[in-house]
Amino acid sequence: MARNLGGFLVLIAAALIYSSALASYIFQPISDSHRSAALELFNSLGGSFPSVEETYEELRTFEVLGIDKRSDISTAACQSVSEILGSSSSTLKDLFYALKVNGILKCDIKEDVFEGVASRLQAAVSGASALLDFYYSVGGLALIKGQTTKDDLYLADAEGVFQSIKALSQSDGRWRYNSNNPESSTLAAGLALEALAGIVSLSSSEIDQSLISTTKNDILKLFDSIEKYDDGAFYFDEKLVGAREHQGALSTTSSVVRGLTAFAAVASGSLNLPSGKILGLAKIFLAIGIPGDAKDLFNQVDSLAFLESNTVSIPLILSLPATVLSLTKKDALKVKVNTVLGSNAPPLTVNLLRVFRSGSKDTLLTESQELKFDPENAVYTLDALPKSVDVGKYTFVFETVLHDSDHKNLYATGGQTRIPIFFTGVIEVDTAEIAVLDSDLGSIETKKKIDLAGDNTVSLSANHLQKLRLSFQLSTPLGHAFKPHQAILKLTHETKVEHIFLMRSSGKQFEIILDFLGMVEKFFYLSGRYNVQLTVGDAVMENSFLKAVGHINLDLPEPPEKAPQPPAQPLDPNLIHGPKAEIAHIFRVPEKLPPKELSLTFLGLTLLPFLGFLLGLLRLGVNLKNFPSSSVPAMFAALFHLGIAAVLLLYVLFWLKLDLFTTLKGLGFLGAFLMFVGHRILSHLASSSSKLKSA
Amino acid sequence: MGRTTSKDAQALIHSLRSAYSATPTSLKIVDLYVGFAVFAAIIQVVYMAIVGSFPFNSFLSGVLSCVGTAVLAVCLRIQVNKENKEFKDLAPERAFADFVLCNLVLHLVIMNFLG
Repeated sequence: MARNLGGFLVLIAAALIYSSALASYIFQPISDSHRSAALELFNSLGGSFPSVEETYEELRTFEVLGIDKRSDISTAACQSVSEILGSSSSTLKDLFYALKVNGILKCDIKEDVFEGVASRLQAAVSGASALLDFYYSVGGLALIKGQTTKDDLYLADAEGVFQSIKALSQSDGRWRYNSNNPESSTLAAGLALEALAGIVSLSSSEIDQSLISTTKNDILKLFDSIEKYDDGAFYFDEKLVGAREHQGALSTTSSVVRGLTAFAAVASGSLNLPSGKILGLAKIFLAIGIPGDAKDLFNQVDSLAFLESNTVSIPLILSLPATVLSLTKKDALKVKVNTVLGSNAPPLTVNLLRVFRSGSKDTLLTESQELKFDPENAVYTLDALPKSVDVGKYTFVFETVLHDSDHKNLYATGGQTRIPIFFTGVIEVDTAEIAVLDSDLGSIETKKKIDLAGDNTVSLSANHLQKLRLSFQLSTPLGHAFKPHQAILKLTHETKVEHIFLMRSSGKQFEIILDFLGMVEKFFYLSGRYNVQLTVGDAVMENSFLKAVGHINLDLPEPPEKAPQPPAQPLDPNLIHGPKAEIAHIFRVPEKLPPKELSLTFLGLTLLPFLGFLLGLLRLGVNLKNFPSSSVPAMFAALFHLGIAAVLLLYVLFWLKLDLFTTLKGLGFLGAFLMFVGHRILSHLASSSSKLKSA
Repeated sequence: MGRTTSKDAQALIHSLRSAYSATPTSLKIVDLYVGFAVFAAIIQVVYMAIVGSFPFNSFLSGVLSCVGTAVLAVCLRIQVNKENKEFKDLAPERAFADFVLCNLVLHLVIMNFLG
């Protein structure tokens, strides 16, 4: 049990270290986890019919990550590409992305289809005024140029088009989407740079150098508006109000990276961009880790691929396979230097410049150390850690120096890199002992050693005039004093009343003395057996433990009358959250009913007066001679009686099943009928009787 | 004394019977009907006295049905009686129509109350 808990503490400690290490500034290059994430994210799109833009993003991501999934999608994708290219009504945007898909898949498209599309795009370029039209048509033409055997594909008035795109630029390096819209956008700047790069590559003659240099100036101005995180990551943010969706910092930065790398590839001469900013752009894409969205993943992977092969400066990322190292196991400090997509860096040297203990500013190194290169694994290893490195948190400062001086303009290493590293180790626990002392003299009554590694426990007994002393020593692998996060002594009474004491240290020595005389009230005068438990734990302590030391039998005085009661123990969570007792419903006791026979007898009895009534009628000699004999009154009389019978029947139904409203509706109709026939028959009877009288 | 009483009683009953026999048949029918209704009500009251008043609403509706029709029949008798000068101008047919209408309304309420 105790060992399990100890293991659990170590696990928590490791998790804490790991999460805090992530919060620090470590950037890992693209790895296999990106590949599995890409498969997962894009497969989830598979069910629906993806647009050609989504297809391109999927193919491009897989291409960069080196996942071979083309055969799965190529048939359907190629079919939609040839449909789009063959149709004269497809939009510029669809044409552009269809050509991009074709660039990856190399579908079987006929030359005359390309010619038709090229002439459409040429017409679109000369008629375009908005930035997006330029972007799609010029981009499409540049893509066609790379995909056909025709090499006489040139833009007619390249400089004119260049200037009309340039006319949309703003003084701060950003671009407007069209001339009617005064709002300028950073994302548009990226698109414009990409389009300008396309024009340069499509131009039959050299573009005027002054145009190129003003564009370079625009890029430099654009980079003045770059924003920065504390960890050295740079990004562009879109300030355009009411921007369309997917125009967050990620897609904006991604667009600028595409435009920048495309333009730098075609423009002659260097751009004079500080390499730290390019590295910072790479860092922002690596800092987001693995995005949960296919679009974000595409932007990340695509931009990193452009940065990987750009002509301004290629970022190199210094990363550590592990930032938690064990001193006891003598883990070696390993450093990797890769490009953003994880390929190997050119020959270089990694130096360890400084080592700081967290919280202090003094370096532990006297001189910088060079890390040894292992060409097989492409890993730089530090031979020996600085002697004074003990368990704890350190900051290591590395420096990368390229061997070839030509590479210095080609690669961005970022100079020095600060990396937080945790060192863990086994902490030595010494001279652990528990003793019962006499209070007045301080002489030792009983004293027992505690074996913290083994399972044996101690048993002690004491009364309220005595003291309990528990002490041990902690020292690090280097023999220094160690102060763990937690050093806790817990006494638990049989009744589960707990008392927790924090252990204080002086140097290596941890000691606590419990004077029971002063604590009888705190112990609620509870005599009996107390279990003693000792917890020592720390994030860098590999052997954190939670150990049942043993038990002590305390003999405390009887409580006085007004002694405080021990607090109620927290209820067992099962009692609070477990199933409740079943609810017994109380129903109304049914009324006592008479025997059935009695009720039926009385039912018969109530019929008796009716029989008497009928007999009486017979005795009186009642007859139906007055019933009208002529047909019409007889019919009315019959209807009258039938009507009454119907109303009574309706009442019976009302009693049995109908509700009041249905009954009243029926009664309304029957009542009207009854009034009519009743009036007819009764007035007939009245007239005949008055005739009789008068006669 | 006792003799005289029984004789007087006999004479009284005789005179009553002879006087009643002069009553028109239609009024006798109404009397019979009133008697029937009152007896039916009495039987239910006796039942309640023996068994108990649960369910009380059913008992009430049963008794009130009988008592109500009896009262209505008495009203009819008053209106139909030719010797009753007060209702001389009222046709017996009109009185009967009133009786029927009142009975229907009464029993609608009774049925609603029966439960």
